[in-house]
Amino acid sequence: MNTNTKDFMNAEAVESLIDVMAGKIWTLLNERGISDPLMVGIRTGGVWLAELLHQELGLKEPLGTLDISFYRDDFTRIGMNPEVHPSDLPVPVDDRHIVLVDDVLHTGRTIRAALNEIFDYGRPGSIILAALVDRPGRELPIQPDVVGLHPVLEPDQHITLIGPDPLGLVIGTHTNRSSRNPEQE
Amino acid sequence: MSRSNAELQLDESGRLLHFLTIDGLGREMLTEILDTAEGFTGVSERTIKKVPLCRGKVVANLFFETSTRTRTTFELAAKRLSADVLNLNISASATSKGETLLDTLRNLEAMHVDMFIVRHASSGAAHFIAQHADRGVGVINAGDGRHAHPTQAMLDMFTIRRHKQDFVGLRVAIVGDILHSRVARSQILALNSLGVSEVRVVAPRTLLPADARSLGVHVYHDMDEGIRDVDVIIMLRLQKERMQGALLPSEHEYFSLFGLTEKRLALADSEAIVMHPGPINRGVEMDSQVADGSRSVILQQVSYGIAIRMAVISMVIGTQNLHMQDVAV
Repeated sequence: MNTNTKDFMNAEAVESLIDVMAGKIWTLLNERGISDPLMVGIRTGGVWLAELLHQELGLKEPLGTLDISFYRDDFTRIGMNPEVHPSDLPVPVDDRHIVLVDDVLHTGRTIRAALNEIFDYGRPGSIILAALVDRPGRELPIQPDVVGLHPVLEPDQHITLIGPDPLGLVIGTHTNRSSRNPEQE
Repeated sequence: MSRSNAELQLDESGRLLHFLTIDGLGREMLTEILDTAEGFTGVSERTIKKVPLCRGKVVANLFFETSTRTRTTFELAAKRLSADVLNLNISASATSKGETLLDTLRNLEAMHVDMFIVRHASSGAAHFIAQHADRGVGVINAGDGRHAHPTQAMLDMFTIRRHKQDFVGLRVAIVGDILHSRVARSQILALNSLGVSEVRVVAPRTLLPADARSLGVHVYHDMDEGIRDVDVIIMLRLQKERMQGALLPSEHEYFSLFGLTEKRLALADSEAIVMHPGPINRGVEMDSQVADGSRSVILQQVSYGIAIRMAVISMVIGTQNLHMQDVAV
C-alpha cells in the first residue's frame, strides 16, 4: 500500500549506473588479483542487476541467486514470506571470491542474512558487496565496496528498484506495508 | 465440514494456523505450500543442511501409533529448520498409566512446546488437539485413523508437479485399498482441488467405500482399464491385516488382479510416473522391476517429504508467532 510513489530514474539512467558499477567491480577485482569470481544476486532486484553485471563483465562462472527468506531476522514478526524461491549457488563456495549484488542497501539486515546463508554453503575466500543504491539508515555495521548511487532521502522515504524490463527507480513515502508480502531493504 | 476445517486451520488473513486436513484449504493455499517447499529443496544439498528459521522453537512428535519413516522425516524437517525436537512415543508411556490425552497435552505445554505433530489411530485426534491447544501452539496432522494424512498427500502433489509441471490435464489413478486409506482420501481432495482432469480409483469392491463416487472420482474394478493412458499411477500399501479380515482372498490373487507389472505399466501413458507412499510390499502391490525401474519416483517422494514438512512446519510456526505478538501488543 504505497501512496505517492514517483519515478526517480528511468531505465537508461539505471543502466548507465550499472555500467559505472561494472567498471568499479572490474577495477576492484583486478586490484585484488581475482580472475574468476562467483557473482551472486539477492532476490529479486539484486538478481536483475547481477544478470546485467554478469553479462557486462563476461564472467565465466554461472550466476548464483539467493533468496534470504529463511534467514530473515523478522520471521517471528511477519511470518513466512509466501513467495520464496530456492537459492542456487551453482559452484562450491569454499575459497571462492564472491561478488554479492543487491539493489538497495538500507538497514544492512538483508546483507547480514545473505552472508549467513552463504556461509551455510561453505567458507568463501572473500566477499565484495555491490549495491545499486546506498541510502542512509544503516542498523548494522555493513558497508558496500561498490555503489551506483548515494541519494539524499528523508527517513520515511523509500527507494525501490522496479523491473526487470524496463528497470527503474521509484521513490515513495512509507505507509503501512502489507505484512503478507514484506520488503526488507 | 469444509467450512469448520477452514476456520480451524486458517486465520482471518488466510494464513496457515494448523495443518490438519486438505479439506477446506483451497487451491491457493495448497499452491503456497508447494511453492514454499520448492524453496526448501536446495537445503538438503548444502554443506550445512539447516536454515535458522525456527531456532529456539520446540516441536513435539506425538506419535500414538508407530511410524518410523513419517516420524523420521518430520524430525529431520524440524531439525533442518533449527527447531528442537521431542519424540514422544505415547502409546508406550503416559496413556498406559491412565493419563488422558488432555493431561498429556497440558504437561507438554507446560514445557513450552511450540508445535505438536500428531499421529493417532483415531480419526479426528489432531483436530481435537488443535481445538484444545494453547494459543500460539500449532498442530500438524501426521495421520489420523482413516481420515487424513495431509503431508503425505502434499508430498505426492509436489512429486507430481515436479514431473508434470501442471496439474491441469492430468489423469491420475490411485490403486489399492481405498477404503482404509487416509492417504487416498487426502490425495483425492488435493488432486481435485489442484484441478487435475481425472482422478480414478482402482480397487476390488471390498476395498472401496460405498460412497466412493461422491469423492469426485471415477471408479474402476479392472486394473488394465483403470490405468490405461494415465499420467500418474499411485499405488497404495496393502495392509497385511486386511488379508485376515476376509476382504481379500490372498496376496497372490491380489497381485494377479491389481499388482503393477511392467506389462501393465505399458498400458499407461509412455511418460507415466509410478508412486507409492511406502513401505512397498514387493510382489504384492508391484513387481520389483517396476519399483526399482526408471518410471518409479518412490525414493524422490521420500526426499520431497522433508521439503513439504519443512514448508508446513515453518508456515504454521510463522503464523502462530504472529498471533502471539497480537496478544503481546
